[in-house]
Amino acid sequence: MALIAFYILSTVVVLSALFVVAARNPVHSVLWLILTFFTSAGLLVLIGAEFLAMLLVVVYVGAVAVLFLFVVMMLDIDFVALKQGFQNYLVVGLLVALALLAEIGIVAAAATFGGGATFQPSPGAATNAEALSKVLYTDYLLLFQMSGVVLLVAMMGAIVLTLRSRPSVKRQSIAEQVGRKRKDAVELKDVRPGQGI
Amino acid sequence: MQNLFLWGGGIWGGIGLAVLQILALVVIMLVCIAFLLLFDRKVWAAVQLRKGPNVVGPFGLLQSFADLIKFVLKEVIIPAGANKTVFLLAPIITLSLALVGWAVIPVAPGWVVANLNVGVLYLFAISSLGVYGIIMGGWASNSKYPFLGGLRSAAQMVSYEVSIGFVIVTVLLLVGSLNLSDVVNHQGGGIWNWHAFAFPTIFVMFPMFVIFFISALAETNRPPFDLPEAESELVAGYQVEYSSSPYLMFMIGEYVSIVLMCAMLTILFFGGWHMPIPIPVPAGTPDWLISLGGLLVFMVKVTFFFFLFAMVKAIVPRYRYDQLMRLGWKIFLPTSLVAVVIIGGYMTFLNAQARPAFEAIDTNKSDYLEAPELTAVTLPAGLDTNNDGKISWHEYRAGAGT
Repeated sequence: MALIAFYILSTVVVLSALFVVAARNPVHSVLWLILTFFTSAGLLVLIGAEFLAMLLVVVYVGAVAVLFLFVVMMLDIDFVALKQGFQNYLVVGLLVALALLAEIGIVAAAATFGGGATFQPSPGAATNAEALSKVLYTDYLLLFQMSGVVLLVAMMGAIVLTLRSRPSVKRQSIAEQVGRKRKDAVELKDVRPGQGI
Repeated sequence: MQNLFLWGGGIWGGIGLAVLQILALVVIMLVCIAFLLLFDRKVWAAVQLRKGPNVVGPFGLLQSFADLIKFVLKEVIIPAGANKTVFLLAPIITLSLALVGWAVIPVAPGWVVANLNVGVLYLFAISSLGVYGIIMGGWASNSKYPFLGGLRSAAQMVSYEVSIGFVIVTVLLLVGSLNLSDVVNHQGGGIWNWHAFAFPTIFVMFPMFVIFFISALAETNRPPFDLPEAESELVAGYQVEYSSSPYLMFMIGEYVSIVLMCAMLTILFFGGWHMPIPIPVPAGTPDWLISLGGLLVFMVKVTFFFFLFAMVKAIVPRYRYDQLMRLGWKIFLPTSLVAVVIIGGYMTFLNAQARPAFEAIDTNKSDYLEAPELTAVTLPAGLDTNNDGKISWHEYRAGAGT
């Protein structure tokens, strides 16, 4: 049963990954990409890594791909102009694809014949999350925290780059609104009849 | 629902059992949704001093079914410039994602379709996918208002997911497990053990409950955060071009995910199927009767939260878009982050007190209390919640450590 599920899921992954590249409409490409992510999560569930599968869905499908879709939907793309550079990039693209294939081959060979790596992070743990955290927060604590800091710096960099104060734009200041007293805003005038202020 | 239908062995028996459970859950829930929809309209009408639907059936009870027939029998109109496949896929995705989330909800003791170990994360993942239905529908309609609605909802739902995630983390820290049944079991024994009211964490967890409630409103595009479909600005937002059954699917999907959020509130903060004051069950009561009682309690709580959702819709005026973003990013996110730190520190403090006792019993330092170690000491019964014959540190802490 698990084998049948594996073959179905991996066929879907490969086909949808193919359509990511082959689809003419970029929005369709992103939708195929989402299907690829989602089905890969299914593959992770099959090997028993349910925690990683859920993280894949939350992070990649729930956040990253939404932003992809967000950007791609707003693009106005000229498909003819897009296709013109195809032959120029073909050689470079093929080289990159070959390099990726070779890397996957090396990793697969090392895993099959080397006998070094195992898929079980810590065999004694009861659940997935516990097993992962036992490794992440002990042996790899420094690397884990450092990657968090790198992400934080990247986020702050993005905010600093895009934040600009435009004095011409009127903005709502909640503190100012709430802090306003009656006597700052309203003045009582005693208007005599026939005189005005 | 493991103890409802037990028959058949092997893989086909298992599949048949699962299909039956899923069917039972979906059918019962959709019927409940039909009446909740009417309830929603009645509450809204009562607030505005109207009668609400009262023509079809006694007190208008059959209104939702009349609406269903009307929607299904109408013609499906697809705009000429629309992207047909994506246009029809969008409502299907919305509805099926909303239904799929219910798979891990434990509605009563032992009654859950899939008792996942990562149930909370699964729910979080599914609710974060809900945005796709709206964004795809908005884009595929090939029209200005739906597109703007889709963009708005994408930004809104991604923003509020962040604070929902952190609120869920505080609950997980308290429980020490990602399994939803464990979350409910952790709150047993009365209202003073529910996460929203338990002392001394009430000072953090009750505000977290409020934040979760408001974020749930934003996540399901309910008023006052219904900007993706704001009728004064976008006509009907992402669903302008939808008609008949695709529209119906959008609407049912929306209501199913609202009730799912109510169920999450119940499970995470209001003790799931537990009574506010524990009632002693006479010995010999069959399991299914206890579960049925639990189901009733669960449904009453969910209906209560649905009532709150309906009241908010009737009372609160719509937020402006920049105010919505400000609330999510500048108020809820920092508050929930601080709460995670506080709860984390509190749990570390508690663990530091209980851990020495655990290690004293765990003589072979295996991180589990196995049979020879258990015979040496007397521990309260029922500590071994997953029935694997040994007690882990989490099980020990949940039962005896605190």
